[in-house]
Amino acid sequence: MKFSLQRKQLCIPYFIFLILFVVIPILFILFYAFTDSAGNFSLYSLIAFFTSTNKINVLIQSLLFSVINTIICLLVGYPIAYILASSKAKFNYVVVMLFVMPMWINFVLRTGATRDVLTWIGLNGGQHPYIATFIGLFYNYLPFVILPLYSTMLKLDKAQIEAASDLGCNRFQVFTKSIFPQTIPGVVSAAQMVFMPTMSSYVIPETLSEGKIILFGNSIYLGFSNNQWNSASFMAIIMLAIVCISMLVTRNYTEKDQEGGSSRW
Amino acid sequence: MVKKAFKYTFVYLVLLITYIPIFVLIAFSFTNTTYIGDWNGFSLELFINLFNSKETMIALGNTLIIAFISAIVSTFLGVTGAIGAFYSKKRTRALYENLNQLPVVNPEIVIALSLVVMFVFLGNTIFKENLFSFWTLLVGHVILSAPFVYLNVKPKLQQMDPSLYEAALDLGCSPKKALSKVMIPQLLPGILSGFILAITLSLDDFIITAFTRGPGLLSGENAIETLSTLVQAKIKKGPIPPELRALTTIIFFVVLIVVIGITIYQNKSKNRVKRRRSF
Repeated sequence: MKFSLQRKQLCIPYFIFLILFVVIPILFILFYAFTDSAGNFSLYSLIAFFTSTNKINVLIQSLLFSVINTIICLLVGYPIAYILASSKAKFNYVVVMLFVMPMWINFVLRTGATRDVLTWIGLNGGQHPYIATFIGLFYNYLPFVILPLYSTMLKLDKAQIEAASDLGCNRFQVFTKSIFPQTIPGVVSAAQMVFMPTMSSYVIPETLSEGKIILFGNSIYLGFSNNQWNSASFMAIIMLAIVCISMLVTRNYTEKDQEGGSSRW
Repeated sequence: MVKKAFKYTFVYLVLLITYIPIFVLIAFSFTNTTYIGDWNGFSLELFINLFNSKETMIALGNTLIIAFISAIVSTFLGVTGAIGAFYSKKRTRALYENLNQLPVVNPEIVIALSLVVMFVFLGNTIFKENLFSFWTLLVGHVILSAPFVYLNVKPKLQQMDPSLYEAALDLGCSPKKALSKVMIPQLLPGILSGFILAITLSLDDFIITAFTRGPGLLSGENAIETLSTLVQAKIKKGPIPPELRALTTIIFFVVLIVVIGITIYQNKSKNRVKRRRSF
């Protein structure tokens, strides 16, 4: 008993740290979101947010960007992960590593490189902000989709797929009735890796659209650089609310055996 | 067969497309023009310029210092946190797990903003001075990576044979010694991968750095510039500065060597396990 007590105590520094620098700061933005600059309770930020067409537009635009980017990344990443996971070739693991490798090059540098190349071929953000931004988002988030999908698909139950086709499913039905349902946890965690980060991204839309597209992340950044703590805090609270909603929606689909960090990397 | 070829063409085509920007940058790092697209003959001038560019070198130094210090701190906190939580009662463990999950699901920009708001408030009301410094930046980076160290160590704790620790105690180890001689070695793969992950997260970070940074470490400038913030400030005004193309080339080859090294190492250790099993 004495020994287990000592091992338990090891976590004290980490959890003091988490309370001090994660929980309390969140309480601070809650406080700032519902007070005015003098520190009195006020719903000014809330009212200002929901009556400003500009901010509502940013919110809707960010949600649309996130949804579309998630769908594009899944549509491209799903078949790639499936092809790479379905054959036994040892070399396929190397290909997955190649897809992931750009993540180790500084992402601001990569974003700048994408912008410069797009400008070179005439797709500059000044004239085609939407296309350029989507290309940048796709480049950045594709690896995050391939990795969780690949690791889910390695665990596909081959016997069930074979049984489905033996029992008379055509190829399409095999996919919809056996393969896809088995990969739903991977799809959900892949979507989680893309959806919220797209919404809160700052560097990618800022650089690739040359400041023409404002997503939620840019909006918060703007509040930060203008010292508008109250409205920036309120937007952060909206972001937290969206995180909570998406967690609740996907709660039933995520993998039961949480392998922790491996789902991200 | 044709179908298989078609499938792989798709995979390699997408792979090629994702590498185009990097390859273009690398190709144009061997010529000395301002804009990519102009080829002015082969030259290594940009590499020389890179090492002569003081601000790039300082930013690189800052980035590496912050990455290493924050990775060491987050590895310490993440590992001790994971061990402690694992041996706690079920209910407290669930609380810890949820607390640890908070910064993982929280968007980076919300973490950054909440920290800034807290530091601004404390600076204005209690300390009466600007709190932003290297330490606030360090706190931000540790929050970013410590939860992932925790998540990397947790599965290793679950796989560990609990009786080994008890055996060490029975055979006369003090709990401290049993921890360092029996537990830590078994957790080492998880600790190492957590440490590497912490470094890569810190190296790549822009938002938390931009929000929480204070005066510089190496040169006394107004705000610490890391590679991310320096590049962001540059590309806001124009194309990537030519000498940073050379830097991209160097980073690419360093990453390539590391990835090849890891792949070979993992293959070897897999083979070793297989051989051991065949006995």
